[in-house]
Amino acid sequence: MSGLIKEPEVGGFSFENCKRNEYLMTKGGFTVPKAIKTGTTIAGVIFKDGVVLGADTRATDGNIVAEKNCHKIHYIAPNIYCCGAGTAADTEYTTRMVASQLELHRLNSGRQVRVVSANRLLRQYLFRYQGHVSAALVLGGVDINGPYLGSIHPHGSSDRLPYVTMGSGSLAAMAVFEDRYKPDMSEEEAKELVADGIRAGIFNDLGSGSNVDLCVITKDRAEMIRPYHVANERGVKQGNYLYKRETTQVLKKFEKKVHYEVMSTNVKEIRPAAETMEIA
Amino acid sequence: MFETRPSSVQHPTEHRFNPYEMNGGTIVGVAGEDFAVVASDTRLSEGYSILSRDNPHLYQVLPKTVMGSVGFHGDCITFNKTLQIRLRMYEYENNKKASTPAVAQLVSTMLYSRRFFPYYVNTIIAGLTNDGQGCVYSYDPVGSYEREVYRAGGSSAALIQPLLDSQLGQKNQGSFELNRSYTVKMSKEEVVALVKDIYTSATERDIYTGDAVFINVITKDGVVTEHFKLRRD
Amino acid sequence: MEHPKQQTQNPMVTGTSVLGIQFDGGVLIAADLLGSYGSMAQMRQLQRVFKVNEKTVIGASGDYSDYQFLLEKIMQKVNQDNCLNDGYVYKPKQLFSWCTRVLYNRRSNFDPLWNRLVIAGLENEQPFLGCVDLLGNAYQAPCMATGYGNYLAVPIMREFLEKHNNRITEAQARDVIDRCMKLLYYRDGRAYDKYSIAIVTREGSRVEECKELQTNWSVASQISSYD
Repeated sequence: MSGLIKEPEVGGFSFENCKRNEYLMTKGGFTVPKAIKTGTTIAGVIFKDGVVLGADTRATDGNIVAEKNCHKIHYIAPNIYCCGAGTAADTEYTTRMVASQLELHRLNSGRQVRVVSANRLLRQYLFRYQGHVSAALVLGGVDINGPYLGSIHPHGSSDRLPYVTMGSGSLAAMAVFEDRYKPDMSEEEAKELVADGIRAGIFNDLGSGSNVDLCVITKDRAEMIRPYHVANERGVKQGNYLYKRETTQVLKKFEKKVHYEVMSTNVKEIRPAAETMEIA
Repeated sequence: MFETRPSSVQHPTEHRFNPYEMNGGTIVGVAGEDFAVVASDTRLSEGYSILSRDNPHLYQVLPKTVMGSVGFHGDCITFNKTLQIRLRMYEYENNKKASTPAVAQLVSTMLYSRRFFPYYVNTIIAGLTNDGQGCVYSYDPVGSYEREVYRAGGSSAALIQPLLDSQLGQKNQGSFELNRSYTVKMSKEEVVALVKDIYTSATERDIYTGDAVFINVITKDGVVTEHFKLRRD
Repeated sequence: MEHPKQQTQNPMVTGTSVLGIQFDGGVLIAADLLGSYGSMAQMRQLQRVFKVNEKTVIGASGDYSDYQFLLEKIMQKVNQDNCLNDGYVYKPKQLFSWCTRVLYNRRSNFDPLWNRLVIAGLENEQPFLGCVDLLGNAYQAPCMATGYGNYLAVPIMREFLEKHNNRITEAQARDVIDRCMKLLYYRDGRAYDKYSIAIVTREGSRVEECKELQTNWSVASQISSYD
């Protein structure tokens, strides 16, 4: 090839666009479109026979609540779930991609996937992007090696611990865990502990709010509980704010005739739809 | 007393420290025919944490004049303190308490006095005029002010002001007549109910508003305060 | 060439969180004994809570020299009070207001005192707890904490106070403070396992002897690897 076009470099990973964007932002007065961040409290705890994951349900866009009841506990595999904090789109797509890869892996191997596989796929993916994919994750599941709980940071480091928290409310939740965690709890104890941690985030961290979602994973089942607790009831309005009919003033009216010709007529019997309608 | 460093006459000074902060909070003022309503939430925040759930941003500066002030809390309390002193001086010098319009002018002057190192505050003054009509004045941080029928200020202002335009101003609802009145044609009960609904709604979508709302109703008999709970997340 | 004069210093020797909580008939504040020099744990017997008088105590996080400077000024005033011997002493609200003004003025001159102060005491028999920061921002609350304590300890204290309707006994307050100091030691890299308490009740105020936290690191054995 001639030297007119730059040859694509072999191997490695290109961060050209990141440098370009940074340049445009500082020198070019260009602002990158803002992504919705889930200022979040997510957490997990290992108990006697499994893992409990928890999350709040608020998504924020600056100081505005973008979504009051969003999903932050993502499906990875039937025995693995993953809570996500950071940029909403990154957590969603990262977990979805890993879920798909693991499903292929399951079909190829014919075995239940292990949580360590999910962990490795996630952290290798995140490491490749050097923190530009901003997903902070709490990964939990149960496999042949028993319960697993760990956290993965946006730059690709991972941690395996009996209790973990992530997101802007992680300190509030971790305070509760440091205060009250004990090994070999019952399922109910673990659920209440995680819920208390998430509630600490909801009430003390402005980036977190609304409800508590939980996911309990044991050897035989994974159960999503959504919502586990409605931590905040919406205030009841006293007034009625429906507009009266014709509030929008009609400024002028005009009529226009549409000319048409009848080309053909067709008579059709209409059957009652009841038998054919079914909701899956 | 605190001069610990030599003066910086000769050397240019490097300023890296940021003297401002946003502490959240929302205020609303409405002027009625013979009353004024001014309300505020009670949340004081810093970054993503709540400092206090019980800190209304309302300051009663005179028996029938209330100031709502939000923005940088350090400036809010300092401004309030200075204003109270100035009003006391006014009383001693004139042998009467300042009227609300007089307070309004003083607030403007005081804000402008810090034109090049502003008080980072959004202010609303509510009270009664000399002939007993409700009045509301609103300010920008450097003292531009105007008497208004209703006004929202603070972190939820952009959410609330359009609602006030619709519900109190009847904007874009058929009538093109310019409203020349300085008051709304509603009873104080109706206004208070509206203010409560406004806060429950703003709290749903603004992370810096919540916990509770204090509603001050100012009439010729004085100020009555009502307390209303909001969500705390 | 002259260097631009830098009025805004960085904190040098610093103290981390101060906690404060009100209880029935009094209020207490607590701070650990560590003075950090950057990331170095330099001083391990640094008192950060002080008795101002029989009604008022004060604690501070942030730059320790700025705190000492402020304390000196406060103690001069207390001394003056004592010399006048007219029965008048600084009550917590007054000290709180004074500190707010001083810190606000310093920030307005772009030369802040790099501290966050917690002032506690009894004001007309009622517990008082106030906080002032380096910007001159001031507020009162039934429980509060500075530094990391704001993120870690406040959720625990608030939850506890809410559960007991804001009415707790001195013993309960001591217990919750001890729990909070413990989790701060676990999770705040600049915290320490020795701390002291300053307490104000109707009997007066005092700074207590230092306490050592009974910590538990047994979870460490459960950690096997990073994946």
